[in-house]
Amino acid sequence: MSVKKEHELIVSVSPHVRSEETTSRIMWTVSLALLPAALAGIYFFGLKALFITALCIVSSVVSERFYLKIVGKKSVVGDGSAFLTGLLLGMNMPASLWSFSPFTAHVPVIASFVAIVITKQLFGGLGFNVFNPALIGRAFALISWPKAMTIWNEPAAAFLAMDAKTTATPLGILKEEGVTRLIEVFGDKINLYTHLLTGNRAGSIGETSAVAILIGGLFLLYRGYITWHIPVSFLGTAAVIAWVFGGKGALFTGDPIVHLISGGMMLGAWFMATDYVTSPSIRKGQIIFGIGCGFLTMLIRLKGGYPEGVMFAILIMNCFAPLIDRGVRSRVFGAVKQVKAKENRK
Amino acid sequence: MSQGATINLKDQILNGIIKENTIFKLALSLCPSIAVTNNLKNGVLMGVAVLFVQVMVNLTISLLRNVIQPKVRLPIFMLVISGWVTVTDMSMAALVPDVYKQMGLYIQLIVAFASILARAEMFASKNKFIPSMADGIGMGIGFLFALTVISFFRELLGKGSLWGMHIVYTKPLLILILPAGGFFAVGILMALFNWIDARYMKKTSPVSH
Repeated sequence: MSVKKEHELIVSVSPHVRSEETTSRIMWTVSLALLPAALAGIYFFGLKALFITALCIVSSVVSERFYLKIVGKKSVVGDGSAFLTGLLLGMNMPASLWSFSPFTAHVPVIASFVAIVITKQLFGGLGFNVFNPALIGRAFALISWPKAMTIWNEPAAAFLAMDAKTTATPLGILKEEGVTRLIEVFGDKINLYTHLLTGNRAGSIGETSAVAILIGGLFLLYRGYITWHIPVSFLGTAAVIAWVFGGKGALFTGDPIVHLISGGMMLGAWFMATDYVTSPSIRKGQIIFGIGCGFLTMLIRLKGGYPEGVMFAILIMNCFAPLIDRGVRSRVFGAVKQVKAKENRK
Repeated sequence: MSQGATINLKDQILNGIIKENTIFKLALSLCPSIAVTNNLKNGVLMGVAVLFVQVMVNLTISLLRNVIQPKVRLPIFMLVISGWVTVTDMSMAALVPDVYKQMGLYIQLIVAFASILARAEMFASKNKFIPSMADGIGMGIGFLFALTVISFFRELLGKGSLWGMHIVYTKPLLILILPAGGFFAVGILMALFNWIDARYMKKTSPVSH
């Protein structure tokens, strides 16, 4: 094959500066950063959560292998991107999917296949996908099996518990019955905050514990794998909108903290929106991207039909990422617009 | 002449079904193929309607090809097409009123189908009666085939039924009856069709224009 020739002819966009960093090292570090949140999910939802996450990882890796084998490409499973996608997808699924009486254990498998093959590989593999694979996998599952994907187990904190009571997520209660009822359910306001922060609440496997996600996110920030621009602008915009419009009746009475630490906001802002491939690579663009994500999330949460909007918000902004990058591209020094205009007039 | 003509006709029909399949190869008329195909009945009836219009338009244009002034050929093609679409539209309204209620708009939209106008312009206006008919049948059957396959999978997997009858107890893949799922289905089937074509049909379709 003419592999060498191909490499010589590559014309690539944006990052041209090379460093010692390899794709697989980034992928495994991000996976490591996700570990606290995943462990928290497994702690609260038990063995079921472990099974679902493992199922997602295994089927993602198998899908990648399968596709690469079919099209005869070199296997790149070792770079860990399929593992990371599987892990993220698993953390975005409810633990209740591991059930056999209404059989729903096929959902993670099909969602992984959609994430890896349709969203990533059919668009050209890692680096060419328009949308975040894990989020498309989840969106596909949510739309295809709306019932199975919205059965939320009550956190049991019992590792071997296979039967669990189902309940509504905090955001579901907030959407249906309002903030007073939400505080009532958890006792008082402080109790609500601590439950949301530690993760002792219903939700997807990996999104529940805000503190665990924050540890992972700050670790990535410290290692320089992500910058503050997307998470801060995302969370900041969401907080401001929640504060201004989140309250019942009057403006400026909403509770931004509840919105920030409930649902998938933390996981989305730190791990989903910061995906290199599907977000702008210029700092100014990243801020615009984050503001858009925050705005759309709160729009869906407050006015939309779904209680949670992080997933759709990030997916919508994913389509705009290349456009944003184009819009904020810095001008080449000296190539001022006015000069051009003058020349044209001559 | 008869020997050469028969082979030509067969190739001409196969050309429309495989080599220049309206949806899977030319990627034309995707709007109705996504809007209508969420159940098998609608998909098949839409395909039949297009087959009818395509054949009749090709026949009419081919018969009139020596009379039509080249300068005003497009308005005349449109006139012929809209005439036959009106016939189809009114017949379907009378024969299958319940289906017509759901997809009446798309039947009228056949007027604007690129594939029909293209075949009139490229083929029927230059060829004799019989080859034009063969071309119309080929293109129409190709379209019917594509819509049938797409709507078969979309209804079976999206609703768990076929032709309105429940086959599977659950709805295995609800997304397929939604518009987004329509794009998924068309894309995947298109890839599959082209893969099969590239792999097995290469030797058997030597049609040249």
